[in-house]
Amino acid sequence: MILSIDTSLGTAVAVVEADGVVRAEVSSDNPLGHAEVIGTLVQTALAEAAHGAIGATAAASPVDVTHVATGMGPGPFTGLRVGIAAGRAFALGRALPVIPVPSHDAAALAILLADPFAEMPRFGVVTDARRREFAYSIYEGLDDDGLPIRVAGPALIPRDQIDAVLAEHGAARRDVTAIPATMIGLVAARALAAGRDLAGAEPLYLRAPDVTLPSAPKRVGT
Amino acid sequence: MSRDEPLVLGIETSCDETGIGIVRGRTLLSNTIASSMDEHARYGGVVPEVAARAHLEALQPAIEAAVADAGIRLEDLDAVAVTSGPGLAGALMVGVGAAKALAVSLDKPLYAVNHLVGHIAADLLTGEEVEYPTVALLVSGGHTSLLLVRDLVSDVEMLGETMDDAAGEAFDKIARILGLPYPGGPEIDRVAATGNPEAIRFPRGLSRASDMATRRYDFSFSGLKTAVARWVEQHEADGVDIADVAASFREAVVDVLVTKALDACARHDVPRLLLGGGVIANRRLRDVALERAAAAGVAVRIPPLSLCTDNGAMIAALASELIRGGRPASTLDFGADSTLPVTEIQVAVSA
Ligand SMILES: [Zn+2]
Repeated sequence: MILSIDTSLGTAVAVVEADGVVRAEVSSDNPLGHAEVIGTLVQTALAEAAHGAIGATAAASPVDVTHVATGMGPGPFTGLRVGIAAGRAFALGRALPVIPVPSHDAAALAILLADPFAEMPRFGVVTDARRREFAYSIYEGLDDDGLPIRVAGPALIPRDQIDAVLAEHGAARRDVTAIPATMIGLVAARALAAGRDLAGAEPLYLRAPDVTLPSAPKRVGT
Repeated sequence: MSRDEPLVLGIETSCDETGIGIVRGRTLLSNTIASSMDEHARYGGVVPEVAARAHLEALQPAIEAAVADAGIRLEDLDAVAVTSGPGLAGALMVGVGAAKALAVSLDKPLYAVNHLVGHIAADLLTGEEVEYPTVALLVSGGHTSLLLVRDLVSDVEMLGETMDDAAGEAFDKIARILGLPYPGGPEIDRVAATGNPEAIRFPRGLSRASDMATRRYDFSFSGLKTAVARWVEQHEADGVDIADVAASFREAVVDVLVTKALDACARHDVPRLLLGGGVIANRRLRDVALERAAAAGVAVRIPPLSLCTDNGAMIAALASELIRGGRPASTLDFGADSTLPVTEIQVAVSA
């Protein structure tokens, strides 16, 4: 079973089986407060995976987490890091491997699986990147491993230029406001089955740290 | 060291050090620190986003190193501890996210604690008998605080703190004015060694009679910074003796820190002073504090420097004291609090 965490937009946690069966899914859409809710969401997801959703009366079934999948962004940095830090620490606590997943890949898989029989034209996943910018990635269908084929991105673009960029790529615009953690898990499961790495250890920041360089040091002395 | 003492791992990410500490009771097992200081050097000060990125990178290897260093297994832990604040919000959040997930993963209690009180708890790890009440002077690049500690886990009072720059920041800024690299503390110290501390009488912030009535234990270093900059500007033409400027500046900082700290001891009738924070590395500060405290009949405690700078061991030590005192764990319901008051020694205490 894969514990999946994404904090690139809201805070989303899921437990999915290797074949994609969802055992638990919990989330907070709040674009802030990731650090506040992450612990409770992970705890709740594990409890729901064992006992079913709150109110369910099914007998507990064991939850055997074998991997942790973390959404690597793009997304506002401060929140994004909380999920990655949590995923790594959880994995460390149980000596599990971490599978990094580009968050847009999960959004794209959700879109592609929404109607598996539709002929899905090329599309662009568009998410908020703050500072009057969007983050976008262009996708076209699924490959043989069942993973979304990313043809461009992720990249940042000023908000007023997004439609022009999508038109250049001949891609339909798909605004995404929440990354489903279940899809982070499913992308990870498929990448794992195919023996592929989809992202590195470095978050997809896409932006250098914001620093104001001090003015050149004043030289004094004899 | 008793096996019955709590085995605690502490995570500290409030500024530019990723600190992972492991203690058993009051015994230090590991004090592992990954610093991003070098990455900030070219900016002349801590850049919050650079620090936060470095924390994320350093956290996992630092925990692994600490566990190996302490010779324990994560599953042996009795609790996980983390700094909730005060500090840089984005940096704190990395540690908070990791600590919560680690606690859930291991199914262990979590203690979310106050960074400043952690600095005081560091003293417990020296292995010496610690007595309260004590006045504590915490001086670093992030804070300059004067505290009255009546009881480590239940009664810490903020007597005063800086109104503008932290003392460490003042050192960094003056170093820049003098064309010295970051971090400024050791550089100023090096240059000041050959200077005359009485060459220039720089102002002592918030030390006039009127200030002492209203802001007796608060600090301000912005006026001092301006005074040094102006002095350098005015004397640039005829050549500035950096050594004298550095020594006189350092003397002004040290004087005001020690004077206010000893005044607090006298006023509260507490003959004990604990020093903490990275600026304690400054030899002149330690020398002046020891000399003037001895004259005033005040006993000074200075933990080893590795426990004075920000570290995870002090966070683990504070949680260990809370556990020994029978305090319940924190819930998972807390965040990073960049302005957490010192009176909140532990946050989100479970009912
Ligand atoms: Zn500190």
